[in-house]
Amino acid sequence: MNENLKIIIWLAVGLLGTIALSTIALNRGESINALWLITAAVCIYAIAYRFYAAWIATKVLVIDETRATPAERLDNGRDFIPTNKWVVFGHHFAAIAGPGPLVGPTLAAQFGYLPGTLWILIGAVLGGAVQDMVTLFFSIRRDGRSLGQMARDEIGVIGGTAALVGTFMIMIILIAVLGLVVVNAMKHSPWATSTVAATIPIAMFIGLYMRSIRPGRVLEASAIGVVLLLLSVLAGGWVDHNETLRALFDHEGLPLAYAIIVYGFAAAVLPVWLLLAPRDYLSTYMKLGTVVALAIAIVMMRPEIHMPALTQFTDGTGPIFGGKLFPFVFITIACGAISGFHALISSGTTPKLLGNERDIRMIGYGAMLLESFVAIMAMIAATVLEPGVFFAINSPSGVVGKEAIDAVAKINSWGFAVTVEQMNQLAKDMGESSLFARTGGAPSLAVGMASIFGNAFGKSLLALWYHFAIMFEAIFILTTLDAGTRVGRFMLQDMLGNFIKKLGETSYMPSVIITSALVVAGWGYFLYIGVIDPNGGVNILWPLFGIANQMLAAIALCVSTGILVKSGKLRYAWVTGLPLAWLVTITSTAAWQKIFSDDIRVGFFAAANDLSSKLANGVLPADKAAVAPQLIFNQHLDAYLTMFFVTVLWVVIIDMLAVCIYCLKDKPVLPLSEVPYRATQLDDSWVRD
Amino acid sequence: MIKRVKNFWHCIWPMIRQLSGDDAYERYLKHFLDHHVESGASETTAPLLSREEFFRQWQDGKWKGVKRCC
Repeated sequence: MNENLKIIIWLAVGLLGTIALSTIALNRGESINALWLITAAVCIYAIAYRFYAAWIATKVLVIDETRATPAERLDNGRDFIPTNKWVVFGHHFAAIAGPGPLVGPTLAAQFGYLPGTLWILIGAVLGGAVQDMVTLFFSIRRDGRSLGQMARDEIGVIGGTAALVGTFMIMIILIAVLGLVVVNAMKHSPWATSTVAATIPIAMFIGLYMRSIRPGRVLEASAIGVVLLLLSVLAGGWVDHNETLRALFDHEGLPLAYAIIVYGFAAAVLPVWLLLAPRDYLSTYMKLGTVVALAIAIVMMRPEIHMPALTQFTDGTGPIFGGKLFPFVFITIACGAISGFHALISSGTTPKLLGNERDIRMIGYGAMLLESFVAIMAMIAATVLEPGVFFAINSPSGVVGKEAIDAVAKINSWGFAVTVEQMNQLAKDMGESSLFARTGGAPSLAVGMASIFGNAFGKSLLALWYHFAIMFEAIFILTTLDAGTRVGRFMLQDMLGNFIKKLGETSYMPSVIITSALVVAGWGYFLYIGVIDPNGGVNILWPLFGIANQMLAAIALCVSTGILVKSGKLRYAWVTGLPLAWLVTITSTAAWQKIFSDDIRVGFFAAANDLSSKLANGVLPADKAAVAPQLIFNQHLDAYLTMFFVTVLWVVIIDMLAVCIYCLKDKPVLPLSEVPYRATQLDDSWVRD
Repeated sequence: MIKRVKNFWHCIWPMIRQLSGDDAYERYLKHFLDHHVESGASETTAPLLSREEFFRQWQDGKWKGVKRCC
């Protein structure tokens, strides 16, 4: 194409992006069209991908197309295998995009649509996508080694151990909080509960089908599975209308939490082919299908965003979670902006599949941009709701009161209009008995999605759309739960294997049972506390997860920065150093506030002390007094856990800085573990087209 | 028009199969034939697996590490 024309096109994209961004940032009117958010996002992604990512690829990483990748050098026809780049993109995206980018933005919408949106865009472009791409590159240059191994090889034993322990802890917290999201969605909802329950036998049937009935016919089995899942949503509606069946699936939070704990243990012990693998297939198709449908629906409907740009809750008094805009919006939205978890995928399966280094930008940077876009859509789905409705669904009963009339009065006192009749009508439309206090993001997202889908594809089906959205979220939350428990089990077996050799064998049944039980007990405890906590539990667990996840991202960026300095690229080290500095600032500030703040809705110790004195003075109602000792213990535990996270983070940072200083002073450091150059022999036209 | 749809389908279908792992066995067979038969199968080469056995190992192997994210 003509050079001048290209320049004009890119200038136009830049101009459009600037206009869109200033419109969403400066708008103080009643509402704003969601299309502005989409436009701003697409323009920013395009420019960042075309210029920043390309610059990093050529100047900072110095990508070499003639170099053979691990997929070619170690090709074994199974895990190392040169694969079409679009297929790798699909695998990579499916692996990084979980429920995180849907839940985080929904919770952060309590600050208004603007802070979350800006962080999703800027964080992804300068932080998250850079982390994913750089980690992928370094792993490819090191035979597809994992983040933990790279940390050990390049920085030292401390960094490696920290990465391992960090991953394990995040897994525990993540599973607990996701479990809580599902429990809050299923609480007293026979339709949602029966549909989610039905996904288990469906997955098992598909597993059997793929294993024994028609071995290896993955697509055939998946097609049957998707049809069965859609039928289960319909069947849920039928259960909901049947008095006897209804009672079977109508439960309080606690029994549902126990059910999830039992399920999690079973899923970790059962063979993968029976439950985990088929569930993963189904959830991936559901996820991709729903994300595409949501994008189409948003573009077709061009819904108005009713949430203000900023709410008064930026001062830290928000009902969903306490804490000021800084640093908590950056902690709440991890996935979608920057997520340390991605570094595990970028240094796991993906580097073993890539046929040529030049696709690193598309896979590493591009897939993260797409995930960020999913987060923007979640933000839109949450903010198209009337703010009063949004807060009625998401505010825990401990904050606004148990009775609908109290909750509505409280929300009205914040200046957000909502009525009991409006909420009752909405619940009726969605086929639910009540939508109050369904903290966690899934139900409000489902209502938002249902209203967008309902407007686009038929309003009479609102209840179906709502439960489809719940099923869709629940199925891949449960997949994360299964997979996470299993990964945690493997890690624990690996660690215990250092002490008792027999426990390290992954197929030794007593070891499988003991380690699975330990992992499930770990997250089961946090899930249990979250369910009995009248403040919803999400206000405690989600920030803890955010801090842990950002800490892992900081470790990944530490490793990358260390490698850049060791490779003599000090002047480019800011590419990873800058997001690292920002992450360290926000995680340390957030951790400091969670530990030392006097605000009982922020500080763990403050909350524990407040509860203790209330308990001692006998001012708590009987039901709250009964659970108070457990909550007090938990607040203490969370405070120490947070301290542990920050300490680990700072140890890794100091370790990395020491390596950098040694390196710059020409003192001996661990050598670069990059494998030597070998020219590619691959005629890659077939893998790349 | 129909022809273009057909062409597009022919382009996208193998990708869908590969993405889902539907063609994993066929690809394994091709790899096996390319690498083990031409170079003269030695004693150390693993025997050719049946579809069922291959799928079993492939699926178990896929789930050893971190596969899913938040």
